Amino acid sequence: MYNDAIAPPLPMTLRPATTERRWVRWALIGVAVLFLLIFLLMPLVIVFFEAFSRGAGYFLESITEKDALAAIRLTLIVAAISVPANLVFGVAAAWAIAKFEFKGKSFLITLIDLPFSVSPVTSGLIYVLIFGAQGWLGPTLQEHGIQIIFAVPGIVLATIFVTFPFVARELIPIMQEQGTRDEEAALSLGASGWRTFFRVTLPNIKWALLYGVLLCNARAMGEFGAVSVVSGKIRGQTNTMPLHVEILYNEYLGVAAFAVASLLALLAMITLAAKTGLEWRYADEIAAQRKH
Amino acid sequence: MEAAFADATFPTVIEPDPPAPRQWSRGVPVDVTIEHVVKAFAETPALHDVSLKIEAGELVALLGPSGSGKTTLLRVLAGLEFPTSGRVLFGGEDALGLSVQERHIGFVFQSYALFKSMKVFDNIAFGLTARPARTRPSRAKIRDRVLELLDLVQLTGLENRYPTQLSGGQRQRVALARALAIEPRILLLDEPFGALDAKVRRDLRRWLREIHEQTGHTTVFVTHDQEEAVELADRIVVLNRGKIEQIGSPDEIYDRPASPFVASFIGESSALPVRIEDGRLFLDDRPIEIGATGKDGPRTLVFRPHDVELPGARPGGIAGRIIAERRHGASRRLDVEIGMRRHRIEIDVPANHPRSNKGDRVSVLPTRWWLFDA
Ligand SMILES: Nc1ncnc2c1ncn2[C@@H]1O[C@H](COP(=O)(O)OP(=O)(O)OP(=O)(O)O)[C@@H](O)[C@H]1O
Ligand SMILES: [Mg+2]
Repeated sequence: MYNDAIAPPLPMTLRPATTERRWVRWALIGVAVLFLLIFLLMPLVIVFFEAFSRGAGYFLESITEKDALAAIRLTLIVAAISVPANLVFGVAAAWAIAKFEFKGKSFLITLIDLPFSVSPVTSGLIYVLIFGAQGWLGPTLQEHGIQIIFAVPGIVLATIFVTFPFVARELIPIMQEQGTRDEEAALSLGASGWRTFFRVTLPNIKWALLYGVLLCNARAMGEFGAVSVVSGKIRGQTNTMPLHVEILYNEYLGVAAFAVASLLALLAMITLAAKTGLEWRYADEIAAQRKH
Repeated sequence: MEAAFADATFPTVIEPDPPAPRQWSRGVPVDVTIEHVVKAFAETPALHDVSLKIEAGELVALLGPSGSGKTTLLRVLAGLEFPTSGRVLFGGEDALGLSVQERHIGFVFQSYALFKSMKVFDNIAFGLTARPARTRPSRAKIRDRVLELLDLVQLTGLENRYPTQLSGGQRQRVALARALAIEPRILLLDEPFGALDAKVRRDLRRWLREIHEQTGHTTVFVTHDQEEAVELADRIVVLNRGKIEQIGSPDEIYDRPASPFVASFIGESSALPVRIEDGRLFLDDRPIEIGATGKDGPRTLVFRPHDVELPGARPGGIAGRIIAERRHGASRRLDVEIGMRRHRIEIDVPANHPRSNKGDRVSVLPTRWWLFDA
């Protein structure tokens, strides 16, 4: 029979070094879940709750009203231009950084991150400074009847600027890791540059590219700060969905504002679902690509 | 088809070549001439003044330690790297003016570089489907060719696998089939068996030799495994620090090494700093009676472990102490420390030689040796 009083105390080191005490574990998980609920899930639920607070009829009316439809159309147009543009720029920049050695490379990488580190309002102001009526190029452009600021081109430019890093940032690490061996092999087998790109490079980066495009699209449709500076907020003409939401809200049309906002929230959820779905559906293929 | 210069008084100023007809007949092996090729990266020259002639249909091994410039030389031949200076000729025609695609070179990379998103079939067919429509074979022809190649590399039935579903040795063979599909004029292999285990290496080695005999390509393969080079190649090119140390048949390289480096890199050898004085060979102040003669001056004496005898009490041997003894293949290997400066040499004695103890004195007389200027 063992006597509790003489049994030596269990040494602390019996517990694996990385395992916390049970209550610490539960506390950490609890804090994380609570945080997610309050700051992420609750706002999302409230958006939809508010949007339908006056019934489905009012909701439909709010999103099919003339100015709302114009805002939705403009948002789609802006995304339809800026996402493909950033797709091309992003691939080109990632290609240059990953596959060539040149001076100023690290500077270029920093530059690509610039839109992430600058406040979107500042980026918008820069465009006003360059293209605005009092700006550097403004008078010249006006002479030729080209309007950029307070017009669609300005909104597109600002959106491209703000969403530039998404595609490039996704691609650079994976392209750097893959190196140029596959491309060299394709060239030595007689393939042209284009064929090499479309048949070898593109399949190697397609998942990263798709993520980048999804994220880029979500941000392009949701961008507020930079667009708000350059748009001029002309109803039915230069209002994107986020701007339209703000205007409605400022006019005390809270429920209508939430109705349009819920569309944006829906977009975000679809983006996330698509990303997760892709990851799940093609897990094997993605893993295989990372492996080799 | 080649631009012929029969003129004996070829001007030293190199005239621009007349536009050469670029209809290489595919698959016909060509000879390769490399003249004074230098390749300098940022600071370090990876190739210094490399000159080499490879006959059509020859199987040549590039052998050298890591970083000696083997891959760089292959990449220069393939057109993936452009030399800083020098010339490269294929079948007498300037190759540096040709793009990678125009060179029709089969390149098997150190890491295979198979296209991961394509099945084995499409990997092998890639070079054929990439041809311009004018010269592209029909689908049926491509299919036949791919299946034929799969048969050649003994992978029949695996055409629908993805590269990640293959073993290392299988990937290696797909990479070779893919390179052979374009009917290359020259086949370049960069450490083709580098990542494989010893048994697979030996099998693939024999198999590569057979394929070479069947297809007859001019083949250059890189290795840092001397056994592989000796067994496979018609000729071996030994590279060290971007310079060619020696070119020769395996026998020549093994029996008549051009430098202590070659002697130690191909086969095993020991080297001792010696000197000739009054026509006699000395190590420190002791004479070595092996009949070496020559002008007075410092030399390096090199011999292989098994090319020695133990003269016992007879004078004129190299005296030393045994510091270690171990089994080495069919014989017993002794590590011997020589003289005040503690030079180390290795010698082999028959396995039935009486066991020796650490510190035992021994006298060694090389029976076959080389003397190099120090
Ligand atoms: N792109 C490059 N930029 C700068 N230096 C390089 C480059 N490629 C090779 N080198 C240098 O050139 C030298 C020769 O390299 P190379 O790859 O030809 O060696 P190797 O003989 O193939 O070696 P290994 O057996 O390790 O493959 C090395 O010192 C290497 O650091
Ligand atoms: Mg190498």
